[in-house]
Amino acid sequence: MIEIIDTGPLNTIQDLGRPGYRDIGVTASGAMDPLALKIANLLVGNDEGAAVIEVQTFPLRLRFRQATGFAVTGGTSATLDGVTLPPWWMKTGDAGQVLELLPSPGAARAYVAFAGGVDVPIVMGSRSTSLRGAFGGVDGRFLQKGDALPLGEASALSVDELGVVPPAMALQEFFPVAPDGSLLIRALPAGEHDLFGADAERFWNQSWKISSQSDRTGYRLSGEPVRPTAPVEMRSYGIVPGVVQVPPSGEPIVQMSDANTAGGYPKIAGVLEADLWRLGQARIGSRVRFVRSSHAEARALDHAIAAYVDDVRNTAQMVGRALKTMAGR
Amino acid sequence: MTSPLLQPTDSSLNALAKPPRIASAMQHQAHISTIGARAFLLEAPGDFDLPAQRRIWALAHALRQWDDLGEIVPGMTNLLAIFKTTPEDPEAIMARLRDAWERAESIDIKGKTIEIGVHYGGEHAIDLAALCDRSGLTDREVFRLHHEGTYTVFALGSAPGFGYLHGLDPRIHMPRKTVPSLRMARGCVTIGGMQTGVAVLTGPNGWNSIGFSDLQMFDPTAAVPAIMAPGDTVRFLPERIEL
Repeated sequence: MIEIIDTGPLNTIQDLGRPGYRDIGVTASGAMDPLALKIANLLVGNDEGAAVIEVQTFPLRLRFRQATGFAVTGGTSATLDGVTLPPWWMKTGDAGQVLELLPSPGAARAYVAFAGGVDVPIVMGSRSTSLRGAFGGVDGRFLQKGDALPLGEASALSVDELGVVPPAMALQEFFPVAPDGSLLIRALPAGEHDLFGADAERFWNQSWKISSQSDRTGYRLSGEPVRPTAPVEMRSYGIVPGVVQVPPSGEPIVQMSDANTAGGYPKIAGVLEADLWRLGQARIGSRVRFVRSSHAEARALDHAIAAYVDDVRNTAQMVGRALKTMAGR
Repeated sequence: MTSPLLQPTDSSLNALAKPPRIASAMQHQAHISTIGARAFLLEAPGDFDLPAQRRIWALAHALRQWDDLGEIVPGMTNLLAIFKTTPEDPEAIMARLRDAWERAESIDIKGKTIEIGVHYGGEHAIDLAALCDRSGLTDREVFRLHHEGTYTVFALGSAPGFGYLHGLDPRIHMPRKTVPSLRMARGCVTIGGMQTGVAVLTGPNGWNSIGFSDLQMFDPTAAVPAIMAPGDTVRFLPERIEL
């Protein structure tokens, strides 16, 4: 059991979400940065998709009721009883110790995994909080001060501390940042792209600012508006996170993890699934530029991410085994 | 919760006054496009009607046999196919989808019939006066046309368990509001363009409310969470009429 002593207003329990129910109108939800969630889980010996705390408003303070292995990944600066932890790090918190997460300048969201995972009830195949549907996580709501979170059964942790090289660094060659600091997000043209005429090029060429009207549902981008050459009427169609739609204002919306299941605005592009975790870490006020990509590049990125995750999984197990062997001597 | 990202659930319904330009339906062939690298959207050519939707159901049925598909989301005469992994050859995927569409024969789903008791009028019928004005009908006539209809669930979407119901009498078609109600109650019986439905969440809603139903449409803890399924028949029963 862990206890939330203090929390910003918008933090939730998330796992990899509940895909498979869009056809009955249920949003998939799930972590905005699924890669950080997977790594946090692997570091504490969980299945990669166990439920964790997603922190997007700081500070978060929690107390361990008993000794518990935990890992913190994503964008934050964390301390355990006041002692700063390295980034992307696993350690054991003793009973009574307090873990505190403060914001970091580089990335928007942090993930805290616990050995055994957060054991809230599974609803429709997932522990993720569905804010819109008001179910999943802790009663379908944001975490609040005083919440006590039950944990599942942990596999024995044989390592005291362990860290990994964050993916933004380890996978630097695959995930570039523009010289002007804009995040480069790979995307493919979507159904109505060509109806934007000359404005379509301006969509790709400009750097868009992530406006303050952005949340887990989606990001509203601000910049020079793009509009179709003639009004486009759409029949309602299924959507997924990463779809870039253009409402009448001409300023695009990128749907994110809590995306609605259906939409009606024309869509100009769709972000590659492999780049969604980076968008999920983009801060309000930062800039993104969309880069026209291909299925071949998407597959190369998928492969690079999978190799990184496998590497962390194998290393964590290997270090654990080695230490166990040494302890057994 | 009010999201800043409210968007039309079906903007074609806003254009009742003039024939909308349907981007993809002008061709005779199905139009296939991508959303990201793993999702492919097939849009049926032609009119927004029951025959087209029946073929979408048939396509959805056929696609359930595809092992490489993670999720199938039927929309309004369109279908989103989400693959488990990024396909190596997107052209081949599009050819497969087009082929499946060409083979898809209209199917008539033998769905169940759902009866929904409605309290017409009253405090939740916030858009009734506007509908009477637009249609030139009395409130009593509006209610009668609504509950005498037999409706087909076209698809579910937009909110958990929300069914888009087709079969509304053209005399009570009404475009979505340009300024949505910010806090429409769950249970409001609404009209959006040529469709009707029952609101499943309290929140922003652009459809026009003429009554209220307390039937629970969705239960996340049930084995089958949504009451409605595509192809089901829906009838509205007037339990109370408040003028």
